[in-house]
Amino acid sequence: MITTAPTPRPDLGRPMIRVEGLAKTFVLHTQGGAEIPVLRDTALTVHAGECVALHGPSGAGKSTLLRALYANYRPDAGHVWVRHGEGWVDMVTAPPRHVLAVRRRTMGHVSQFLRVIPRVPALDVVAEPLIAMGEGQATARDRAAGLLTRLNIPERLWPLAPATFSGGEQQRVNVARGFAAPRPILLLDEPTASLDRANRDGVVALIAEVKTAGTAVVGIFHDGDVRDAVSDRLFDLHPLGKAA
Amino acid sequence: MTALCAARLDAGAAGDDIPLLRADGVTKWYGARLGCAGVTFDLYPGEVLGVVGESGSGKSTLLGVLSGRMPPDAGGVHYRMGGGADLTDIHALPEGRRRLLMRTDWGVVHQNPRDGLRMGVSAGANIGERPMAVGARHYGTLRGQAGDWLSRVEIDADRIDDRPSGFSGGMQQRLQIARVLVNGPRLVFMDEPTGGLDVSVQARLLDLLRDLVARLGLAAVIVTHDLAVARLLAHRLMVMKDGRAVEQGLTDQVLDDPRHPYTQLLVSSVLQA
Repeated sequence: MITTAPTPRPDLGRPMIRVEGLAKTFVLHTQGGAEIPVLRDTALTVHAGECVALHGPSGAGKSTLLRALYANYRPDAGHVWVRHGEGWVDMVTAPPRHVLAVRRRTMGHVSQFLRVIPRVPALDVVAEPLIAMGEGQATARDRAAGLLTRLNIPERLWPLAPATFSGGEQQRVNVARGFAAPRPILLLDEPTASLDRANRDGVVALIAEVKTAGTAVVGIFHDGDVRDAVSDRLFDLHPLGKAA
Repeated sequence: MTALCAARLDAGAAGDDIPLLRADGVTKWYGARLGCAGVTFDLYPGEVLGVVGESGSGKSTLLGVLSGRMPPDAGGVHYRMGGGADLTDIHALPEGRRRLLMRTDWGVVHQNPRDGLRMGVSAGANIGERPMAVGARHYGTLRGQAGDWLSRVEIDADRIDDRPSGFSGGMQQRLQIARVLVNGPRLVFMDEPTGGLDVSVQARLLDLLRDLVARLGLAAVIVTHDLAVARLLAHRLMVMKDGRAVEQGLTDQVLDDPRHPYTQLLVSSVLQA
C-alpha cells in the first residue's frame, strides 16, 4: 500500500492562492450576443493545508471560479496569483507555457469527467502527470497502481483504455490521475459525484491526506457529507443579476 | 482541459525565454485574393501550436510561409538557428542554407503521404534519405536506424524492403512521420496529419504523434480542421478565419471558453460522438 501524501511540510498555513478583483462575463455571440455576468470583484485567499469548498446555488459561478483558478476560463479582469516555486504567477496574464508549467508542477485538477484518450491504458492515464514532472516510468506506474488499488479499480482493467469503463470507474481513474503527482495546490470539481459510499469514503481519505501534507485544496462538493468531511470553510457565491 | 499532451516544457529553464520561431505580421496574397494577413505569434521549444479554421481560412498558406516553402508578401518568419540566441529571417537566407535547414532542423508532414514519401523506393530508403543527405553513409547503420524507426511508428520491421505504394494509408502516414523525425528535428510542421484516415487509424496515429512529440520535446505547428485532434496534440491554439488569426490561447481555454464569435460558432458546431 502506498501513501498518497508526501511528507508534511513546515509551511502549513502560508497563502498559496490569492484571487483579487476577479470578473467574468460570458458573451454568447451565437445567441444574439446575450451577456451573462457570473463573477464580479471576487476575492479569495487559500492557504497551504486547508480545503475551501465553493458553495452556492446552481449558476452562482462555482465552476467558473474553479476553472478560472486553473486558467481554463479567461477572466475579464482581476488576478489569480498562484505560489509557484519561490515566486508568484498570475494565471490571468501569464503566457501559455508558464500556465502549463504551473499546472504540471504546482496545481493539480480533477475535472468532473475523464477526458479519455484513445488507446491509452488506465494505468498510463494515471501515471502521466508524474512522468510529465520528470518521474521515472517504473516509479510513476507503481504509484499509479497503488492509487488504482486504493480506489478499487480491479487490476484487470489497468491495461485497458478507460473509454469502455463505467462512469464511476472513469471518475475514480480521473481522481487517481489528479492525486498521482504531489502538487501543492489541488482543485476538485465534484470528485465524488458518481461514486458509491465506499468509494466516496476512499476519495475523502485521499483529500484528508493531502491536506495534512500541506496541499491547498479548493473544491466543489455537492454531497453535503463529503463537504462537511473535507472542507475547513465555505466560500459563498451568489448569482449575479442581469441588471447589475 | 487536461493538458494531456504536456511535454516537458520546463525541463530546461535556460533559454526558455527565447522563442524558437517568431511569425511577425505574416501576410500572403494570391494576386488580389488574400491568403493570410498579419499573423503574429512566438513558438517556444517543446510547444505545439494548433492552427484551426475551416477550409480556405488561410491555414495551409500560413504553414507554407512558416515552413519556408513560400515567401511572404509582408512580415517575416524568424528562427533561432543552432544554439544561439539570435533570430534569423529564414526567407532572407540563401536558398541552399534554407534547404539545409529544412533537411536538418525542420520537418514537414504532409496531409497526403504521397507528397512526403518517395513512392518508388523502399520504406528503408525513405527513412534513410535525410540521414544520407547530411552525410550518413554506413549501410548497416542506416538500415539499423530505419528498422528502429519502423518499429517506433509500429510498422513491422520485415516491411523495410517494401515500397510504400503497397502500404495502407495509415501505414504510409506513419512512414512519412518516421522519415521526417529520423534526423531529430527541433521543429515540425504538419498539415492535417490525420486527414483522410479512418477514425480508428486516426486514433492510433494521434496516440503515436502525441507520444513522439512529448518524448522528443519537439516544437510543432499543426494545421487541422478537427478540434478533437487539436485538443489531443496542441498546447496552444490559433483560430483562423478569412486569413486572419481571430483568437489565440491555451488549447483548453480556446475550446472551453471561446470568445470570438467565429470560435464560438466553430466550437458549438462540433458533433458530439
